[in-house]
Amino acid sequence: MPGASVPETNSPVLAPVRAIFAAIVSTIVPEASGLGDRGWTDVEQMVELALRDRPAEIKSQLRLALRAIQWMPALRYGKPFTSLNAAQRSRFLSSLENHRLQIVRVGFWGLRTLALLGYYARPEAGREIGYTADPRGWDARHREIGTSEHRDIGKA
Amino acid sequence: MTKLSYDIIIVGSGAGGGTVAQELSSLCASGLRIAVLEKGPKLRDDEFTGRELEMASALYEDDGGFLTAEKTMTLAFGCAYGGSTVVYTGTSLLPPERVIQHWNVPGLTLAEIEQRAQKFKLENNVQLVEDRFINENNRLFVEGCRRLGYDSRQFPVNLRGCRGSSLCNLGCPNQAKQGTNRVQLPKAESHGVEVITRCEVLRVGEKQLTVRVAAKPKGAKGEPSAWEPGEYEIAARIIVLSAGSINTPALMLRSGLGAKLPRLGHGFTSHPAFIMVGEHSRPITNAVGHPKSFYLDQFAASDHYVLETCMYFPFITAKSLAGFGPDHSRFMRAFPRLQMILVLACDDIDEHNRITIDAQGRPVVHYRFTPQVVRGLVRGAIASARIFFAAGAERCHMPVSRGSTVVEAKDSGRLEEIAQESSFVPGKLPVSAAHLQGGCAMGRTAADSVTDAFGRVHGIPGLYVADASLFPNSLEINPYLTIMALADRVAETIRKDTPALL
Repeated sequence: MPGASVPETNSPVLAPVRAIFAAIVSTIVPEASGLGDRGWTDVEQMVELALRDRPAEIKSQLRLALRAIQWMPALRYGKPFTSLNAAQRSRFLSSLENHRLQIVRVGFWGLRTLALLGYYARPEAGREIGYTADPRGWDARHREIGTSEHRDIGKA
Repeated sequence: MTKLSYDIIIVGSGAGGGTVAQELSSLCASGLRIAVLEKGPKLRDDEFTGRELEMASALYEDDGGFLTAEKTMTLAFGCAYGGSTVVYTGTSLLPPERVIQHWNVPGLTLAEIEQRAQKFKLENNVQLVEDRFINENNRLFVEGCRRLGYDSRQFPVNLRGCRGSSLCNLGCPNQAKQGTNRVQLPKAESHGVEVITRCEVLRVGEKQLTVRVAAKPKGAKGEPSAWEPGEYEIAARIIVLSAGSINTPALMLRSGLGAKLPRLGHGFTSHPAFIMVGEHSRPITNAVGHPKSFYLDQFAASDHYVLETCMYFPFITAKSLAGFGPDHSRFMRAFPRLQMILVLACDDIDEHNRITIDAQGRPVVHYRFTPQVVRGLVRGAIASARIFFAAGAERCHMPVSRGSTVVEAKDSGRLEEIAQESSFVPGKLPVSAAHLQGGCAMGRTAADSVTDAFGRVHGIPGLYVADASLFPNSLEINPYLTIMALADRVAETIRKDTPALL
């Protein structure tokens, strides 16, 4: 189960809600369920970095929202979010995304953004999906495919 | 509190402030003291790494995640030496004549804007990217448009020595983009203008400002400020506000100027946008080459949208696609095969959409999506999908779909049925904006505007505005060149006014 094997890290915001957050990330990005300990540490570190300079109030709200997501499914499924199967988790998060109340939708949108940031801001994720941008631009691309034409645009 | 005195203070160093600084810098030769106060840092050339989170944190306000009060739209604007010109793509267009006519600013014509902009086009090396350097992401856009009979156009861009990193929005790692950080500010500094970074203006009044200089945070990018950390009170006979459409109105509001200026903060527009992606069967060149080389504006007047080519980075792309789970991942894992288009809505001013401040004096942006904006985004999404399929894409992402966000090529004939305005649900869709305009509109009197036609704030001698907040309504195209032209107009006015003010 994603989240169960998430290692202890220096994550002041996420530490108390680590398993819930991991279960949400794995629902939003299914490939996250295949992450090892180091991968999860990187995901958390990305999120912690993004939250570092945010007000304490925002961090508290995040933990509160995660705990709400953990226990709200108990009303419908009789068990918490981390105990649901993948399809149930997805259905529950979809219900938040499409909720009639805008405040719920934007809350989920914020959480989704953090999950995507944690996963896709890692350099490893860029490599996995084949993102190849390089500051050297065309030069790097030509080196990759074995040509040597120098490409400068607008050089004075 | 340290007290300082200057003749002219310019707040902000982007397209507006950088231009005013350059255009007034000749006054330094006659002994005038001029300073630019910039809230963000100045980075060394080797600090532009192109790494997504690192650069967003270093160059954007709120790391690029500034949200509207409704939390339904993300606003991206720069906070660095050079302002947003550090993080734009360098697209150098001027608006259609009908936009300037609609603005109805006394004496302001498109011909004048064109004439003033010409100088900056030359300074900034504005040109068309050579055909051999156009990547496939852009070529497919042109080809799709051609097959549909759409009239795509090439963006003039301000480049010198571009290597095609595709990383423009993270600050060019090769310093090729000719923003004010590369052209106007260095020239102003060479003439004696001081540029003080990490300097936030807390209050502005008649001929005085209160500012706070921040220490460089441990481990942060950029040089320390030229001034010691702390608060300063600055006397200045002329003050030019160029902090952008959010921070200029907010600064004036927290300084108590709202009572004299009832239109302050009103008239905010932003070209709300979302990205569309089309998936091809083979890898295409997309994350190399200038990302934004072509656009389509033929439907701006009739259907209220403009399309632009674009290419973003993994997290921003992931955040900008609607939904989650396997459908979302499918597009992300097709990254080397993705074609990308930015849909921008042409929004009109709306009484709800404005800048206010919170109890701490921080800016609050109120924005609701009008029916015109929703229509523009949906029509733009449909047109983008048509372009993808005409260019050979197998499927595309459709954020305003009634069902799945994945549309297969076989369903390309049903796009009008699939994409619906009723599927535009605020708070669910990833909408963002980077063309922030209005809030200190030009006009005739304080009853209809904040400044006169030359950027002079009504009723406050010596206080000027020179940035996109001057726009009385949205521009419908990328704004920086128009901002520079208007800033040039304001600078000329200041030169004329100077003998009376100093």
